[in-house]
Parts: sequence; structure tokens; C-alpha cells
Amino acid sequence: MDLSLTWAIIILFGIMMYIIMDGFDLGIGILYPFFTEKSDRDLMMNTVAPVWDGNETWLVLGGAGLLAAFPLAYSVILSALSLPLLFMLMALIFRGVAFEFRFKANESERHFWDKAFIGGSIAATFFQGMTLGAYLQGIKVVDQAYAGGALDWISPFSTFTGLGLLVTYALLGSTWLILKTSGDLQSICYKLSKQISVVLLGIIVVISLWTPWMDSRIAARWFSMPNILWLSPVPVLVGLCFFQLQRALQRRAETSPFIYTLGLVMLGYAGLGISIWPNIIPPNLSIQAAAAPASSQQFALVGALIIIPMILMYTAWGYYIFRGKVSKDEAYH
Amino acid sequence: MSDLALTLARIQFGFTISFHIVFPAITIGLASYLAVLEARWLQTKNTVYLDLYHFWVKLFSLFFGMGVVSGLVMAYQFGTNWAGFSNVAGSVTGPLLAYEVMTAFFLEAGFLGVMLFGWNKVGPSLHFTATVMVAIGTLISATWILASNSWMHTPQGFSLVDGKIIPVDWFKIIFNPSFPYRLVHMVIGAYLATALFVVASAAWQLLRGKDNAGVRKMLSMGLWLILLLAPLQVMVGDMHGLNTLKYQPAKIAAIEAHWENKGEEATPLVLLAWPDIAQEKNLFSLEIPVLGSLILRHSLTAQIPALKEFAPQDRPNATIIFWTFRIMVGLGMLMILLAVASTWLRYKKQLYQHKPFLRFATLMGPAGVIAILAGWFTTEVGRQPWVVYGVLRTVDAVTPHTTGEVALTLGLFVVIYLAVFGMGMVYVLRLVNIGPKSGEALHGDAISIAPTEGQAFALAPEFHPAAKSTSNKEDH
Repeated sequence: MDLSLTWAIIILFGIMMYIIMDGFDLGIGILYPFFTEKSDRDLMMNTVAPVWDGNETWLVLGGAGLLAAFPLAYSVILSALSLPLLFMLMALIFRGVAFEFRFKANESERHFWDKAFIGGSIAATFFQGMTLGAYLQGIKVVDQAYAGGALDWISPFSTFTGLGLLVTYALLGSTWLILKTSGDLQSICYKLSKQISVVLLGIIVVISLWTPWMDSRIAARWFSMPNILWLSPVPVLVGLCFFQLQRALQRRAETSPFIYTLGLVMLGYAGLGISIWPNIIPPNLSIQAAAAPASSQQFALVGALIIIPMILMYTAWGYYIFRGKVSKDEAYH
Repeated sequence: MSDLALTLARIQFGFTISFHIVFPAITIGLASYLAVLEARWLQTKNTVYLDLYHFWVKLFSLFFGMGVVSGLVMAYQFGTNWAGFSNVAGSVTGPLLAYEVMTAFFLEAGFLGVMLFGWNKVGPSLHFTATVMVAIGTLISATWILASNSWMHTPQGFSLVDGKIIPVDWFKIIFNPSFPYRLVHMVIGAYLATALFVVASAAWQLLRGKDNAGVRKMLSMGLWLILLLAPLQVMVGDMHGLNTLKYQPAKIAAIEAHWENKGEEATPLVLLAWPDIAQEKNLFSLEIPVLGSLILRHSLTAQIPALKEFAPQDRPNATIIFWTFRIMVGLGMLMILLAVASTWLRYKKQLYQHKPFLRFATLMGPAGVIAILAGWFTTEVGRQPWVVYGVLRTVDAVTPHTTGEVALTLGLFVVIYLAVFGMGMVYVLRLVNIGPKSGEALHGDAISIAPTEGQAFALAPEFHPAAKSTSNKEDH
């Protein structure tokens, strides 16, 4: 298979892993304001404390993979989106250290790290969503460099995708908590999940209409023959996942709400991917045109093909070790 | 792109990486230390080691957390602020960074959860495996990042096509001429910095009259390591210097504040000076004749290249790196002094009581970290005006952001870093102030005493307070 294509798939896979994994732990920060008891918050944090660091590593893999296989795309995309990305990183600093600091702070200081965790999770998610929206709208490139302004990333569409991602991560978080907790906390999460999932469906519908309306190429991709036949399963599956999610929440299933939410997220992600394929910098720089020298792609690919499956194995092992409900006495702090 | 914007971008990078480098350095040292402590505990069943493990793992997790978040910034800053560098040299640095992520970051993150939270979930040998994996991960990480950084100092194994770097020979790229020296120098520096920090924590406890087996063990182990590594570091540093002389002579000339060679005269060693770049001379200087030639050429006559032999626009900033280098070396000398003094006091059986020594050891706590920063500044400022030495200039590597944009993000980074990592250091110092307790594992909730389902961690006999009395008396 073509080297650049293989790398594009690896990077897309890495970013998807990031979205679903850091998604649910960012979601916990977003949901924090709905729970004010310290013991609830401790428990929520401990559902992800052993894994959040690994989850976030997928973000670094996405960046490093892009730099290794498509340095041109990395340099252009990151300079175009440098402000929202740097804001996102700053937000991730607050929530990342909150995991450790919260448990080491005095009673009087804890509220600060709770707020840092909430604010950091919300801001990181929102700027990630804005970055995504600005990226989908396209990036101006002249002579292999970004040719737009510093604030081009701010638009109604990117603001909407920012909010959309907040809702997405909140649903991942609440269904994750259904899986990992019990009692009152879990009951509240059932209620929250129902409400959040309806909002998410609305957002998916709006983005599905907004993107083709915004860009005729995306419209052509989805609504021409025979694409429309090939791609029609995507919206159908979205509807099915949503319906199943509602039923699962109704009968208070514990695992399947999270699974159906993952389904929704992956379908949404696939939908966006289909819209911009095969470009790496929308609207018109293709994966092939931005490729690193073959010697770079080959060298890194050897490692990726051997090591990523190993990573997946021990990551799965880690999740297996920490399977089941989280109890109050599990922290090491 | 104004000069000011470039300067601000460089300050931003220097600022963020200076914070970042401290955390991995300490986590490299602490991870290995924890692996040694756990191994010794499994071997001897002496609970002092387990107490120390539970004390230091808290500090480790604080440093690790700060390292992760500050490192995340670095991974993206290459693209947000240094687009020219990413575009031209990304084909080399990108794959190396990707290997770092795949072989080190995931390994550390994957096993960290088990290391911190897994005491009740896995058996002792599997837990030990997790600790060792994390320690190995930190070392693998250092290896890749230093391969990449060294290549930027001594690039080889590539060709230039249309102004872009095309990797040709990956073996040559990774094993570039300065890589072995830089890696060893950095890892020893990390171990030294950690040992000094551990020793200072113990000395502080002893000064306050908190004397127990754990505190003594910390002090003793740390000082043995410093005695071993500090002199070794001088040798490695000397070899690294010779390597730099061969590949980056302008850097050495600037470090030595050596402006010109006079006739056939051997190069003196400038001990102290104020190098003035505009006037191309030292405003004052204290020199030892011939010693420069002796150290750098291992000869009594051979000269080293002088700064004036390089065009002014190709010289690094001598005023800065002259001093950062001397700070590093000076602290190294103090480390050796500390180690020698400790050996004498051990012989005199006064190691744990000698107040002036303990005060000195406490003051030396941050010395390793400061030396690493000073060394890092020396080598990185010394590479200027190049990002990739002789290939890509810093001015061509920067993203053409506006001054306002760079100033805004720099300002935010300064405020956030000082607040967040400042608080982090407060928590570190608070923990250090509490110090290790005997029977920590018993009182803490790290190991729940109530039997748990599944793989319970059967430690109860060792944790019986009665078992303590023997371990406390242990001599060192």
C-alpha cells in the first residue's frame, strides 16, 4: 500500500483514539459542575486517574506522526491554528496538574484545583473544537506557508464546532461514569446522558447540513451519484446508534450506553473525514502533495507497524487491570 | 517578521523548555531510584525501602504530571512557532519524535497507572515490572530526544534537495557525532540532580531533628551515587567538550571567551571575564596561561580556534554562554566537594550528625537542576545563530507571526507557568517537609489493609509494627 496513505490512516486512527479516550476524561471535567460533593468528585477523578495520561499521549502521537510523515502539513496547520492550539495546551496544563495537585492541596485550596480542572477541561475541549472547525473550513496556503491572518480561526462555524465538541465529550464522560460508578452518581449520569444525547443529535444534524452548505465540494462529495448510495449508511447508522442509546439508557444498561456513544462519535468523525478526503490541508492540498520524503515515512512506519499493536495490547491490559466499578478507597493519594 | 518577534519567539521557546527540562530530568532520576528501592525491598523485605518508595512515588507523580503537561506544549510548539524548522527539518526530527512517543511515552503512561494505583490490583512482581517499565521508558525517552537534539548540533546522514532536508542514512542521523556524549552527560546530570534533591531532603529532615531509618537511608544512598557520578561527569563533560571543539569550534571559543590567538602562544584558560561582544574583547579577565590548551587540546602548545576567526554573524553570544558554562562547572565542583566531604564524615561516623555538612547538603538541593539548565543554555545558545548547525538559521526557522501574537502567548505562558508550576513546587516542598515516615504504607491508603477480593497484596506480616523495631536499628 501507498506510504502516504498508510500514514494518513495511522494519524487518523491516532486522532480518533485521542478523541474517544481523552474525550471521556475531558468530559468528566465538563461534568464536574453537576456534582458538588467532594466524595463524588474524588470518585469521578479516580475513574480516570490511572489512564488519563495514556489517553492524552494519543494527542502527542497525532502531532508527532503528522510531523514525521507530513512536515509541510504540520507546519502549515499548526501555524494557521497556533492561537487556538496554544490556548488548548494551556488549558490542558491546568487540568493535567489538577489530577495530582487536587489531592495534595489543603482543604482551603482544593476549590481552586477543582475550578482549574473544570475550566481547563472546558477550555481545552472548546479550543479543540474550534481548531477542528477552522480546519474543516480550510487553510490558506501560498508557497508552502500559511498565508492567512492570526484570527482567521474565529468564525460562527468554528464556535459551533467548539460547542459541539463540548457536548460530545460531556456525553462520553457521562456514559463512562455510568459504566464506572453506581448509586446516586450513576443515577444522575443516566439523566444527564439522556439530555446531552438529544443535544448531540441536534448538533450532528446541524453540522451535516452546515458543511455542505458552506463548501460546494463537500456537497458534491455527499450528494452526487453514486456517492450518495455508498455514504447513506453513515446517517442511517447515526440514527440507529442514537435510538439504541436511548433504549439502553431507558433500561439502565451499564455498558452499552458508552458503546453506543462511541459509535456516534466514530460515525461523526468518519463523516468529517469523508468530507475532506483526500486532502490533508483543506480545501486543496492533498495527502500526496504534503508527504515527507519516502525515507522518513518508511523509517517511522517500520516502528509504527510493530509498536502500535504492542501499545494497544498493554493499554488494553491497563484498562483490564482497572476494570469494574471504582470504589472509594482506591486512590493512592 | 520583526527582529522583536523573533526574539520573543526565542524567549518563548527558551522559557517553556527551561521549565520542561527540569521535570523529565527529575523523573528520569526518580524512576530509576524507585525501581532500585522496590528491588531492594523485594530482595531484603526491609520495609524501610517500601516506606521510601511510598514517599518518593508521591513526589515522582507530581514531577511526572508537570513533565507531561509541559512536554505536550513542546510537541506542538515546533509547529505553532517554528514552522520553517518543521517544514525543512521535520523529515528528520519528526520520525525521531514519533519513535519517542511510540517507544517511551506510551510505555511510561501505560505502566504509570499500575505503578501508582495498582498495589491492590496486581502482585508484587508485576508491580515491580511496572516500576521498571516506567524507569526504562524515561531513559528511552531521553535517548530519542537527545538523538534528535544532537543531530541539530552535529547534523549528518542527509542531503539537501530544494532547500529541504532529506534523510539518507538513519543510522548516521541517530548516531551522530555528539549523540553519545550528550546522552551520557544528560542522563548522568539527571541522576545527579535527583540524588542532590534526595540528599537535600534527607539533610533537611536531619537538621530539624527528624531522624529515622528512612531519612538515613535516603541520605546515604544519594551520597554514594554522587560520589560515583560527580567525578564521572567531569570526565564525560571533558570528552563532550573535545567533541564540541571538533564540530562546533565557535561555541568553544565563545564559552572560553577566547577572542584571538596571539602568535604561537598556547591558549590560556579564562577563569572569569566579562566578554563584550561589540568591542570583541573581554572587559576584564582573570587567566591561567596554557591551561586552555591543556584542557581542550590535552597539549601544552596547540591553540584552539578564536572567535575572531568566525564572521560576526556566525558567532554565538559569548557573554551568555561564558557565564552559564562557568555556573555549570562551578556547581559540578561543589558536588564533588560534597561527595568527598561525605566520605570523610562516613569514615568519622558523623555523617548524620554533622550540622555544617547537612546545611551544605541542603543548600545543594537545587544545584543539579541549576547545573542542567546552565549546561542546556550553554549548548543551545552556543548553537546559535543556527537551529540545525551550518544548515538552517534560526531566523529562517521561525513562524512569521506578528509581534503582538507572540507577545500575547509568551505573556500567557509566563503567567500560567509561574502560577501552576510555582504551586507545584509548593506541593513538592510541602511533601519534602513532611518527609518519609516509617510504616507509611501501613498508615497511608496506598495498600488497603482490609482484605480485597481477587489478588490481594499479602503484605500483612511485614507491616506489623513489631517488625519495625529491627529495621530502624539497621546500620549503614
